[in-house]
Amino acid sequence: MQVTMTVNDVEVTREIEGRLLLVHFLRDVLGLTGTHSGCDTSNCGTCVVWLDGEPVKSCTVLAAMAGGHEVRTVEGLAKGAELDPVQQGFMQCHGLQCGFCTPGMMMTARALLNRNPDPSEEEIREAISGQICRCTGYATIVRSVRWAAVHEANAAAAVTETTESPEAGEIDNAGQPAGSVA
Amino acid sequence: MTTVHERVDTFHDNDQKPVGYGRMLRKEDPRFVRGRGRFVDDVRLPGMLHLAILRSPVAHARILSIDTSAAEASPGVKAVVTGAMLAEQGLAWMPTLSNDVQAVLATDKVRFQGQEVAFVVAEDGYAARDALELIDVEYDVLDPVVDARRALEPDAPVIRDDLEGKTDNHCFDWETGDEAATAAVFARADVVVSQDLVYPRVHPAPMETCGAVADFDPVDGKLRLWSTTQAPHAHRTLYALVAGIPEHKIQVISPDIGGGFGNKVPIYPGYVCAIVASIVTGKPVKWMEDRSENLISTGFARDYIMRGEIAATRDGRILAIRTNVLADHGAFNGTAAPVKYPAGFFGVFTGSYDIEAAYCKMTAVFTNKAPGGVAYACSFRITEAVYLVERIVDCLADELGMDPAELRLKNFIRPEQFPYTTKTGWVYDSGDYEPTMRLAMEMAGYADLRREQQEKRARGELMGIGIAFFTEAVGAGPRKNMDILGLGMADGCELRVHPTGKAVVRLSVQSQGQGHETTFAQIIAEEIGIPPDDIDVVHGDTDNTPFGLGTYGSRSTPVSGAAAALVARKVRDKARIIASGMLEVSVADLEWDKGSFRVKGDPGKSVTIQDIAMRAHGAGDLPEGVEGGLEAQICYNPSNLTYPHGAYICVVDIDPGTAQVKVRRFIAVDDCGTRINPMIIEGQVHGGLADGVGMALMEMIAFDEDGNCLGASLMDYLIPTALEVPDWETGFTVTPSPHHPIGAKGVGESATVGSPPAIVNAIVDALEPFGVRHADMPLTPSRVWDAMRGNARPPI
Repeated sequence: MQVTMTVNDVEVTREIEGRLLLVHFLRDVLGLTGTHSGCDTSNCGTCVVWLDGEPVKSCTVLAAMAGGHEVRTVEGLAKGAELDPVQQGFMQCHGLQCGFCTPGMMMTARALLNRNPDPSEEEIREAISGQICRCTGYATIVRSVRWAAVHEANAAAAVTETTESPEAGEIDNAGQPAGSVA
Repeated sequence: MTTVHERVDTFHDNDQKPVGYGRMLRKEDPRFVRGRGRFVDDVRLPGMLHLAILRSPVAHARILSIDTSAAEASPGVKAVVTGAMLAEQGLAWMPTLSNDVQAVLATDKVRFQGQEVAFVVAEDGYAARDALELIDVEYDVLDPVVDARRALEPDAPVIRDDLEGKTDNHCFDWETGDEAATAAVFARADVVVSQDLVYPRVHPAPMETCGAVADFDPVDGKLRLWSTTQAPHAHRTLYALVAGIPEHKIQVISPDIGGGFGNKVPIYPGYVCAIVASIVTGKPVKWMEDRSENLISTGFARDYIMRGEIAATRDGRILAIRTNVLADHGAFNGTAAPVKYPAGFFGVFTGSYDIEAAYCKMTAVFTNKAPGGVAYACSFRITEAVYLVERIVDCLADELGMDPAELRLKNFIRPEQFPYTTKTGWVYDSGDYEPTMRLAMEMAGYADLRREQQEKRARGELMGIGIAFFTEAVGAGPRKNMDILGLGMADGCELRVHPTGKAVVRLSVQSQGQGHETTFAQIIAEEIGIPPDDIDVVHGDTDNTPFGLGTYGSRSTPVSGAAAALVARKVRDKARIIASGMLEVSVADLEWDKGSFRVKGDPGKSVTIQDIAMRAHGAGDLPEGVEGGLEAQICYNPSNLTYPHGAYICVVDIDPGTAQVKVRRFIAVDDCGTRINPMIIEGQVHGGLADGVGMALMEMIAFDEDGNCLGASLMDYLIPTALEVPDWETGFTVTPSPHHPIGAKGVGESATVGSPPAIVNAIVDALEPFGVRHADMPLTPSRVWDAMRGNARPPI
């Protein structure tokens, strides 16, 4: 069957089998290998992409079902050369190690910030609770998302007040270099 | 050997501190946050075919027949291969890392559920899976051996009848320490406490499963293999030995790896199948297992059934520790450990305490389960050793009515006793345990926590405080007694400085997320003064890196990190000679100022390492006897392991109505000597602590009495999400390793080793009002509920 969808703002049309999963369509047909596959029971969330702006597990969506819809993947997260604040936050706060869960985590985080620009730690943990990370123990992922939220709030404040922008870096990591309390 | 609280260099942009140790952001991240990592399943080659494996539905059965005709006729199928076909090529069996053999594809019978029986190669993965359904296998089902305790019973079915003369399920016996001396100490002790403990079977479950792309070129006879391996050089050698392809015609490429955690050390049948398939079809072949296959068939972890015994004086002086272990190794002994250490480094079970005697006796058995044992950040069985000692010390504290922190402080090996030889022969390099413990107690507010606990107990609330203090042993290892199948556990390193002062360093170890591309650049930068951003770190390609044994056992920093520092010093020594020629002074008149040599007493006269690099490659004379170029390579043989330590404190709350455990706080103070990048260490610790929460509360690979694996998907094999773990509280002390070139010890596995006993100790502490002295992991609500009712039972 033929399917047409918009992926990262580009319309694509391909001949596919009806049973083809969206994750395989993105990876194997389009070559967008940033989206990963980490389980076979829809638990791990390494395959999270957006379908019309909402995060979905692309291993649990048929490519055919995405026909006529807009898909966004990690490859479409940056605006040209400029990284999304979520991507910057993950780098600044060491929110990734092996990098395998990272694309899915970032897509969920970006979607969260789009509807809730100032999430609490609990809200962030709840938002990413459908996703597993084996490397980070999650704390630095939470910090990364907070970094992005604070960075964007500061940037917005700087634009509206046209005053000097506060340094996002000052809030970076909630002042948490791994150190002793002594 | 003083412990100090180091000042942390914190910088947010890498260019703020161009050289040396500190919180440098990762060089790996830019590609990963863009979805531009290069994992095995991202590899696409022209004409590439896909391989899928048919697995046994039962745990123990004779194979009567396999009919592949319908599968062969299925659309898109290029080949269907069975064990019988492999046997004709002598490839049906392969050696394991423990000098046993393992079936690549079952020939005579299957020995665990999920075992590889046949494979299909097809044009795409969907077609390959379709064809699996069409293979008809006739099994004669046999009784399985599921409970390790019954494996040696006289009427137990013999699993390994492939081994000539094998009439039982005995795998090996092992012992360490002095049995008679230990018995004598136990006989005269005031107090003896014993406790049965089970460290259940769990699985490292990296987010990326195992897989490979094999590409055999029949014209030049060269095999290129992209694979998820933590030890690419060791794999290459083993493939050469098994497949008969010479080593220089095998290139193993371990690209970005989506987490390893010890799961990706062994060679799995799937890799061998992919190689065979590529040779048979003449095309590149990809094999990528799914999660269920990963959980059911690849290297498990733990599965030690232990009896711990501890002898002490009435006032809390620990005298001796004794243990008896039954180890379940599954159907094939595939344990990844140095050859002379069939129980890994379990011998460090005496922990951080200065005692008079110790003894361990172990028996390992075969059962109808997947092979493995050493994985999941265990540092070769130290997870089990630390769990044993830290649980039994808590049992002793309970018996004596002593605070568990006080009992530990009273018995620590003292700083002046290092290097300290344990009663089982391990030589701890350095340690200053009390300040580490005191810092953790201070961070936790230990005295306040105990007061809070008393108040809560009075109100009927269940709060527990658990302590674990561990000594790790990482950095295998000295070649005189440590090897993997005859390959000494050394690591090579090669450093090449280009004419314009940029550099490339080539490692024999293989990162799976631990940040080697960043931290090894920092080591080189610290030693030779070239900014880390000007240093490319190459690893994971056997054609382009020096030989070495790979990354596991937290050995990268101890062994390869030492190699990196020493190779940089070798290059610096040559640079010094070239500099003396450039400045027309003697070598002795030069002093090094991290990045340049200057003339003593005349700081205006100096040359940078970049100047020297250009001179080394450029025109003009070099000092007599000096070759052009600026590079070196070495192979580092460590003189000893490194022994990092840590003090962990866990606070749990248990809902008395549901028995749900919540880990409220976790304080982790680690001491790994010199800290190369505090940010990366913190991340390593966080990840390991989450492992601990998973093992203590949720994770287990269980089996029913028929040998069906009950944990073979993420529906049942539960891994913590962000909701089950707290925001970690980390701290550190610094006690350098005296024998390591930069004083650094390994650390990656410390948190996985140290956290499970802290959590279990906290839960048992919370359940004190119910008279609970021990309960085995995983402490799920139902198991905690049973313990509260006096029915704590082992999980297996």
